[in-house]
Amino acid sequence: MTVIEARNVGLTFATNDGPVHALKDVNLSIGKGEFVSFIGPSGCGKTTFLRAIAALEHPTEGTLTVNGMSADAARQARAYGYVFQAAGLYPWRTIAGNVQLPLEIMGFSKAEQAERVERVLALVDLEGFGKKFPWQLSGGMQQRASIARALAFDADILLMDEPFGALDEIVRDRLNEELLALWARTGKTIGFVTHSIPEAVYLSTKIVVMSPRPGRITDVIDSPLPRERPLEIRDTPEFIAIAHRVREGLRAGHGYEV
Amino acid sequence: MRFKRAVLPILTVLAAILALWYAGAVWMNAQWSRDQAARAGVEIGFTEILRDTMSQERPVLPAPHQVAAEFGKTVFGTKVTSKRSLVWHGWVTLSATAVGFALGSAAGILLAIGIVHSRAMDLSVMPWAIASQTIPILAIAPMVIVVLSSMGVTGLLPKAIISAWLSFFPVAVGMVKGLRAPDAMQLDQLRTWGASRAQTFWKLRLPASMPYLFASLKVSVAASLVGAIVGELPAGATAGLGARLLSGSYYGQTVMIWAALFAAAVLAAALVGLIAAIERVVLRRMGMAR
Repeated sequence: MTVIEARNVGLTFATNDGPVHALKDVNLSIGKGEFVSFIGPSGCGKTTFLRAIAALEHPTEGTLTVNGMSADAARQARAYGYVFQAAGLYPWRTIAGNVQLPLEIMGFSKAEQAERVERVLALVDLEGFGKKFPWQLSGGMQQRASIARALAFDADILLMDEPFGALDEIVRDRLNEELLALWARTGKTIGFVTHSIPEAVYLSTKIVVMSPRPGRITDVIDSPLPRERPLEIRDTPEFIAIAHRVREGLRAGHGYEV
Repeated sequence: MRFKRAVLPILTVLAAILALWYAGAVWMNAQWSRDQAARAGVEIGFTEILRDTMSQERPVLPAPHQVAAEFGKTVFGTKVTSKRSLVWHGWVTLSATAVGFALGSAAGILLAIGIVHSRAMDLSVMPWAIASQTIPILAIAPMVIVVLSSMGVTGLLPKAIISAWLSFFPVAVGMVKGLRAPDAMQLDQLRTWGASRAQTFWKLRLPASMPYLFASLKVSVAASLVGAIVGELPAGATAGLGARLLSGSYYGQTVMIWAALFAAAVLAAALVGLIAAIERVVLRRMGMAR
């Protein structure tokens, strides 16, 4: 079943230096339960595309549907949770208070808010940290809290814009593993922007390689790797072969010295 | 040890100020002593000049102990209901300051909310707010007093309005900055949850602006006090610290002026200290003080 469908999507920003083609002729369909990574150099439109799915930007050409409706309507239907690069937790709210924030805005009952906060904090391994303030947690834990916040209202789609980009590699590896486990448990559809080839190959069932000027898709790779992925899978020939193909795709799109 | 480290620098600075002040008093008051001596036809030596400059009735610059004595007499040695009591005058000024501060802060916060939420207000209000502050308050104060008294409004309210005139501006500027403190990512985040403007305001903008609010409240409370004092000058000057300053200058009572100045300084320090204490409590409750 197709969840996200882009047909000839183009997006042009009007700037003082003339129009900038952030996206051009983007065609892509993402099925339910897929883990899709968008990879490419900066300026390739990967974040813009994710933002367009979230109705934070609006395509100037083509059609983009989420769950069969427009991106704006999908937002109203609470179709997706969005995780930004920075955790963006409110320093004046506890971890539980932060996770509760979207629930307050959406008007869930007090009892349901408490129950959901408890449940999603457990889902990201943050039980017992609800009463802590963000500054009392490490960067990795803060990002886990922000994932919990995106999961709190049961959206089927999770959009993540370089969520682990600011974290060190050791923490990043752990969070990648946990994210896969979370994905397996919840069956969400995940759109994931990254500029790390190993991260994209390790996580995804589908890798979308993009290139800049104008931002476009140069390759879509369906990963043959099994869904069950221990960290060691990164040393197998299959993994290395996919990573190689991604690297070739990026090189073909030029401007990316690997 | 900690006590010593905190107190020693303060005492050193205080001692330096007092020494300079005494030296200044001698230097500035000596002329009068010499003139008096010349008029009486007596020779006057350095020790006599020194003694005389410390105890003149209307010195150019009163010595610190003279000011301290006047301050002590009018604050502690006089019944607080007496018109000679600095506490009474201080209370008159403080009440106008408090009302003016409340009016000014409320106006500043409301203006900031309008400016942040309406592009038209953003473009139109700020220039007027800035213009209002470039007009000398001494020029505006008598007009406010006269216009209001012709409408039958006298007493505390005209002074409070002048006080509010000075105090709304720092709050408005600080709150505009504070309400705009949330970055694009945080605002996008709220958009993804379909938050309304009211929700964005109450859940994000307002709490994020608190540190800015308190910083500007400290500036504005001091400005409120200045406004209240200035507001007392043109109104016949019968009550308040402004009245003490004015009648002191009418009668050349420099000691009285300085005592009133100190009373104003003590009041301002206490008000700023009070805001700082409230700030500490509020920010700690919000988990924003580390």
